[in-house]
Amino acid sequence: MDNSAFTWRGLLKNSFVSALWAAVLVTPLVGLRTVSDESGVLGIDFRPEEIAVVVAAVVVVRLLLPLAKHTYNMAFGIGSLIFMFAIIGYAEALSQVSFAALMIASLMLCIAGFTAVIKEREVWIKLSRRLSSTYPGTGNKLNRDKGLRPLLFLGILLALAFPFFPSTDRYILDLAILILTYLVLGWGLNIVVGLAGLLDLGFVAFYAVGAYTYSLLAIHFDLSFWACLPLAGILAAVSGLLLGFPVLRLRGDYFAIVTLGFGEIIRIVLLNWSEMSGGPDGLTGVPRPSLFGIAEFTRRPDAGVTAFHDLVGIEYSPMHRIIFLYFIVLALALVVNFVALRLRKMPIGRAWEALREDDIACQSIGINRTNIKLAAFMISASFGGVAGAFFATRQGYVSPESFTFIESAIVIAIVILGGMGSQLGVLLATLVIIGLPEMFREVEEYRMLAFGAAMVMIMIWRPGGILSHRSPSVRYADADMELPHAKEAAS
Amino acid sequence: MKTPLLEVSGLTMRFGGLTAVDNLSFNAHEGEITSIIGPNGAGKTTVFNCITGFYRASSGHIRLNRNDGPPLALEKLTGHKISTHGKVGRTFQNIRLFSQMTVLENLLVAQHDRMTRSWMTVVGGLWNSAAYRQEDESSIALASKWLKRLELENKADELAGSLPYGDQRRLEIARAMCTEPRMLCLDEPAAGLNPAESDELNNFLDEIRRTQGVAILLIEHDMSVVMKISDYIIVLDYGCKISEGEPAVVKNDPAVIRAYLGDELEEETAVDRRQMEMQS
Repeated sequence: MDNSAFTWRGLLKNSFVSALWAAVLVTPLVGLRTVSDESGVLGIDFRPEEIAVVVAAVVVVRLLLPLAKHTYNMAFGIGSLIFMFAIIGYAEALSQVSFAALMIASLMLCIAGFTAVIKEREVWIKLSRRLSSTYPGTGNKLNRDKGLRPLLFLGILLALAFPFFPSTDRYILDLAILILTYLVLGWGLNIVVGLAGLLDLGFVAFYAVGAYTYSLLAIHFDLSFWACLPLAGILAAVSGLLLGFPVLRLRGDYFAIVTLGFGEIIRIVLLNWSEMSGGPDGLTGVPRPSLFGIAEFTRRPDAGVTAFHDLVGIEYSPMHRIIFLYFIVLALALVVNFVALRLRKMPIGRAWEALREDDIACQSIGINRTNIKLAAFMISASFGGVAGAFFATRQGYVSPESFTFIESAIVIAIVILGGMGSQLGVLLATLVIIGLPEMFREVEEYRMLAFGAAMVMIMIWRPGGILSHRSPSVRYADADMELPHAKEAAS
Repeated sequence: MKTPLLEVSGLTMRFGGLTAVDNLSFNAHEGEITSIIGPNGAGKTTVFNCITGFYRASSGHIRLNRNDGPPLALEKLTGHKISTHGKVGRTFQNIRLFSQMTVLENLLVAQHDRMTRSWMTVVGGLWNSAAYRQEDESSIALASKWLKRLELENKADELAGSLPYGDQRRLEIARAMCTEPRMLCLDEPAAGLNPAESDELNNFLDEIRRTQGVAILLIEHDMSVVMKISDYIIVLDYGCKISEGEPAVVKNDPAVIRAYLGDELEEETAVDRRQMEMQS
């Protein structure tokens, strides 16, 4: 909506129409509720007050949205952010429906306000471009991007110090571990989906392969977590190879459907091959990781094993293990991120992106499409496998129930929402997709609704994903300046 | 007479009942521009697709004589091997650049095969090994050479898709040249160019032929380009070769004129018949 269309009459008309629509949609969704009386007979309970709240929220958003988008964008952004926190604070006093309605309404105004701010200011545009081209720099003169290094180091330092913040309790740390696990998965899948442009809907299969590899090897052969971690990665890569051979001839939708099938096959095999996987009961007693074989994180260790708290000489606390798990997954995430960023600058990464752009042209310039796709598949699968092994050791228990299609869908959503191929985008999207539902835990029933609304809003305002700007893998300006002999060779 | 670089003999391509190319034979020489012309639907692009491995010919032989090894049977090579083994590069009728990648990246991707020939350069990039760095720098040097030639240096970091049309055409040729080909197949490189741009293209092609010593195989509709720069012309109509020779010869060949402008006699009889039908 531009400024010229801004008239009070039009606005009122719009709000009225929206209110009508909202009433029509909300009446069956929220307004009617099945209830059973004491004898178990089902009846329908009509709840006009809930409908009124939602319709009112819609009208308010419709009225304020133009203001939030143009005149007072910053004020609206900050105001609705504060309002959101206030709602979370008073969640218990509100009914579930009004909580969800208010939350979505303020979220919309908040996003609208901040998007407008970002759009208005050159600085923000530049910053978002810089951010999406974050690159830690590994000594290669060609690819160094120094501007963001301090920020990057600050981020890593914060992540390292995070478990020791006074405000960090077990719940928050568990959530952080969950987010980081999905981050590893997201960064892994980003290679196949974001860079190579192959829509892999069965990524959870590799997650499962990694988890069961570790569990089985640890239970039957008594191998340690650290020995199994690379094995899980390798085995997942091999399963990626096996899947890849027949599948990579397919394109687009067909490819997506076959990978979807593969994901389900693995889960169904795990469910039915009871002798190997324990069937639906899963595998219990998956060992926890030790401190590199030096010490165990237990209160009373078995004979001959040192306990961590004895080794360091502090009081035992179950938090020690959680903190250790946090550091493991943080390290995994950093390694995966480093490898992915590095690969993108290498010939193979460029070939992936070229493949996404035009695979016929790729063939004409001598790129072996099958090999390149297989490489993408295997690398991404091995990251999935590593994440799976971590998942198994964290849970101490694996069952096929953890590897349903919804997991693949979440990881895909993370990659697409983040902006295909952008590492930082995936990070932000993981925070939104894994963190947001946690924020809405107060209203268990409605959080998927809020989640869906957030997705729709992001897709409206940022259709290419949160960070959709693609930064070149190499810049001519930097490259040529630092290459004296390049000029000689060219002349 | 020296041996030709490319020898096509008895090339036939059938799609079901349709014979798109019928028993075609011709040669192309190193450092020369061989043009294939013909009316729409004559089968020119099909010939290209057979040579560059996008189609598998129904019958016939496509032989590539190399000076560094035994001759290659191109009809047996598939997919990317035409480029990596046969060293045959091509461009497309409708430009196929990697439009969301930068100009420089387009030229670097084309060097993929050379850059990934040894394992050290494939994996070495992870820890930035010396071999990898060297390979990386030489690839940028080659790309920068072509950027300078195309005068696109100051647009090197722009998206390929955002370039003007004429630059995109030339960039696609440069990208094919970055694969260091022996033979370059250009599918209507002058399509959609204005006279000034197509003049510039003429010079560019002429220079490539002279300095790089590649054989150029050209499909073109723009006769001002074809007649000016071709060393040899092959004329196709309905999949058959109807004429060949130097530009001056082909230009005056009655068979060619007939194919392009129609047969006077046929047209007259058609008109007569129509008139008779109208009268009756």
